[in-house]
Amino acid sequence: MGNTKYEKLQIDGVDYKTTFTDKWRNRKNWETPDPKLVEAYLPGTIVNVNVKEGQKIRENDLLLVLQAMKMDNKITSPVDGKVKAIHVKKGDQIPKGTVMIELE
Amino acid sequence: MGKLTARERIQGIVDEGSFHEYDMFVEHQSKDFGMDKKIFHGDGVIIGTGTIYGEPVAIYAQDFTVAGGSLGLMHARKITKIMDHAMKMRMPIIGINDSGGARIQEGVDSLAGYGEIFLRNTQASGVIPQLSIILGPCAGGAVYSPALTDFVFVVDNISKMFITGPEVVKTVLGEVVTMEELGGARVHAAISGNAHFFAMTEQECFEQIKQLLTFIPWNNQRKARSFPAKPPKPEYKINNILPADPTQPYDVRDIVKAVADDSEFMEVQQDFAPNIVVGFGRIDGETVGFVANQPLVLAGVLDCDSSDKAGRFIRFCDAFNIPIVTFEDMPGYLPGVEQEHMGVIRHGAKVLYAYSEATVPKITVILRKAYGGGYIAMNSRHLKADFMFAWPTAEIAVMGPEGAANIIFKKEITESTNPEETRKQKVAEYREKFANPYVAASKGYIDSVIEPEETRMLLKHSIEISGNKTVMVPQKKHGIPPF
Repeated sequence: MGNTKYEKLQIDGVDYKTTFTDKWRNRKNWETPDPKLVEAYLPGTIVNVNVKEGQKIRENDLLLVLQAMKMDNKITSPVDGKVKAIHVKKGDQIPKGTVMIELE
Repeated sequence: MGKLTARERIQGIVDEGSFHEYDMFVEHQSKDFGMDKKIFHGDGVIIGTGTIYGEPVAIYAQDFTVAGGSLGLMHARKITKIMDHAMKMRMPIIGINDSGGARIQEGVDSLAGYGEIFLRNTQASGVIPQLSIILGPCAGGAVYSPALTDFVFVVDNISKMFITGPEVVKTVLGEVVTMEELGGARVHAAISGNAHFFAMTEQECFEQIKQLLTFIPWNNQRKARSFPAKPPKPEYKINNILPADPTQPYDVRDIVKAVADDSEFMEVQQDFAPNIVVGFGRIDGETVGFVANQPLVLAGVLDCDSSDKAGRFIRFCDAFNIPIVTFEDMPGYLPGVEQEHMGVIRHGAKVLYAYSEATVPKITVILRKAYGGGYIAMNSRHLKADFMFAWPTAEIAVMGPEGAANIIFKKEITESTNPEETRKQKVAEYREKFANPYVAASKGYIDSVIEPEETRMLLKHSIEISGNKTVMVPQKKHGIPPF
């Protein structure tokens, strides 16, 4: 193991000399979710967009319908506010994690 | 080297000339979609019995050249017939999977067939060893039979396992992926953990199966075969492996090889969660299951995957009367949002559950770090370990000296005129007091502090005197492990 490249992993304040697995290297770093970014929690197709940019909305108002896993999923607003931007239109096929609507 | 035929595969596994085939003339009874005009010889699967090392085994091999090895009702009935036979005769069952999946023309009958196989896999679990070999596609519901068995063998470029194939993944999710990237042998060996043994060729895979069968018993009423004792190979010098500094890495497999007969160690799930090492070896001719933290990878922490891997291996050993030897050197559980959200609590609990539940002889050797929850989880005295040994290098404490000193002496450190100096002093103080095996030994949590070169002798002794170990467990239907 003369040419092993070691990494540092800190646990309870101690740096351990060790190696990493690819699975560990490829992990996603945690980001605090922003409730004002409405993301697709499943990949799917936009069936209908029910709001317009600039429109005032209340919590639980219907924003759009996302067809995913053979279901029409109603996407509602998590907050009271205003529609800042709409990034999708009817018929769009979107992958998981796509920001569909921005609120303010 | 490419794919062998179903018959060649069976011949490659069982003793020469020992295979006897059943149900060669079975045909499907399906009439829909023009099936009444088609004849599939043997309905796409070969079943039978043979011997390995002169001991009986049951075996089936799906034949991809007959209707794509697709599973119809009669195909499934043949498999369940040989499984029932294996159960009745208490012999291992080896299943070779190479199938396009359900035979769609047979509709719900095909699903019924799968269900009847899964039921038998579950009923046979812990009674007879069940080995699955994936030598072709194994997709959709079909994957759940291997998943329910004890050991899954895969071969590079040949094995493909997934619930939904690349086409569906693309249509439904828009993810573009090759069959190999989605569910190839390497994926299951290293990432998903669905496979236990990876081979480059089918031939190598068959050798692995035969090697595994030297280590495990034929059923849960028996012990694994004994072999003539052999000393470890002289190149594994147990005194030269462990660095004294607890932050320095080494390969714990060298320690296993330094105590195992002939330094032979058959590692299970070698590439999955390599921060824990599990596998089979022998001490003085008797099979033992080794579980060892691996400081070489991720400092040897317990995390979701390594807990899952160790828990399952321990339960196999316990079900099949194989003593468990644990080598401990770990700084604790892996911190992080990812781990907490993945459920490191419930996954970590699997290790506790498996060790606590196990009634086979349980021996622990603390090599170096034994901190916190990890100390408890890694077969501690408190989980009814039968023998607790510690090397003089053992550090048994609630956490490492750095972290502990920062908490206990927080006030002294912050109020000091020279905080850094005070911190160092307090760390040294804590290390002096707890970073050794003697506090735990003074309470009887450790039976003996031993020199590394005594390890093999004491393992041998422990196993010898545990021959009649008897534990009464309360009557229950079954426990509820943290799945």
